[in-house]
Amino acid sequence: MKIIGTGAYVPEKIITNDDLSTMVETSDEWITQRVGVKERRVSVNETAADFGAEAAKKALLSADISAEDLDLIIVSTITGETLCPTTAALIQKAIGATCPAFDMQSACSGFMFALDTADSYISSGKGYKNVLVVATERMSKILDWTDRSTCVIFGDGAGAAVVTEGDGYLASSLYTKGDDEVLYIPSCTKNSPFFEKEYADTKVFMNGSETFNFAVRKIVDDIKEVAEKAGISVSDIDYIVSHQANIRIISYASKRLGIPMERFVVNIDKYGNTSSASVPMALDDLVKEGKLKDGDIIAMCAFGGGLSSSACIIKWSK
Amino acid sequence: MTTEERIIKVIASHLEMEESEITEATTFEDLGVDSLDAVEIMMELEDEFGVEVKAEEAGKSVKELADYLNAKLG
Repeated sequence: MKIIGTGAYVPEKIITNDDLSTMVETSDEWITQRVGVKERRVSVNETAADFGAEAAKKALLSADISAEDLDLIIVSTITGETLCPTTAALIQKAIGATCPAFDMQSACSGFMFALDTADSYISSGKGYKNVLVVATERMSKILDWTDRSTCVIFGDGAGAAVVTEGDGYLASSLYTKGDDEVLYIPSCTKNSPFFEKEYADTKVFMNGSETFNFAVRKIVDDIKEVAEKAGISVSDIDYIVSHQANIRIISYASKRLGIPMERFVVNIDKYGNTSSASVPMALDDLVKEGKLKDGDIIAMCAFGGGLSSSACIIKWSK
Repeated sequence: MTTEERIIKVIASHLEMEESEITEATTFEDLGVDSLDAVEIMMELEDEFGVEVKAEEAGKSVKELADYLNAKLG
């Protein structure tokens, strides 16, 4: 598998830290230092499927193929507007594709799990050649905007990649450790008159230090693991495209892995944590910078709810 | 070096402060360490001592940390 196109889309409305300071007791200084976010985007009239479709169109354009050339669409989202149809089906319609499309999710690691699934389809011999992988999240709809410990972290956005046959996907790892206490988002529909258990509100519940503990350990271990699987040393990695959860996770990984910060793509300051959308959005930022050249080694990694984590090594060639 | 001295060295280096500013009685709260700093310091203590350190069990002061680590080290 190799990546032949990327795209990203964020809604227009910007919410700055100063804006948030008028809603909850917080400050620009605190959020910048403790999380690394300066501003985030929030949707006022678009759904996750809408952003996803825009990111997908840009990825198709950059891959120089049309929607009809796609053989499969895989979408990662935890914030779709409908349980049925899938967000993937809505994106398929919006971009004018005719191939099969389905959703899959693994919270913040969802894009990475979907990318690995795309690789498996392409190498399955079942005739899947061009696959569109989209991650899109409207986090603003599931946040508790009165909870200063979570609402300052997240933002809305989408990223997409078009992948095809090739030998650029050198190694990958997927990890899940089932846990429903550290990080969880209930999704309760309260229609049933028969169900006797209590319903929890839909909002992000996160034990910050436990989540951080998981993330800093896994980002380091996963990158070491995929580098070893790919037969390269960590110092051979030219760029790291990490999930943008908290700038301090990235700084810590930089220190621990001995990889300078300049090699990490950082855009959490502009977009906050967009859950599974953050990795393809950051990848698109890296591609747009125009520094990537054939043969560059990119490590991508994500971690979050599940608990789950994933990493891969890509040899760039377009 | 005693366990206490090694802990003080790790904390001082992480927070970029003088070792002399930290004593056995010093707590993370005294140092203004937030929960994420605490996780990072625990991981650095794991490297220093070669044992697993659980933040929720390890105690809040240098002395408590040293007792916890000494018990682990046997």
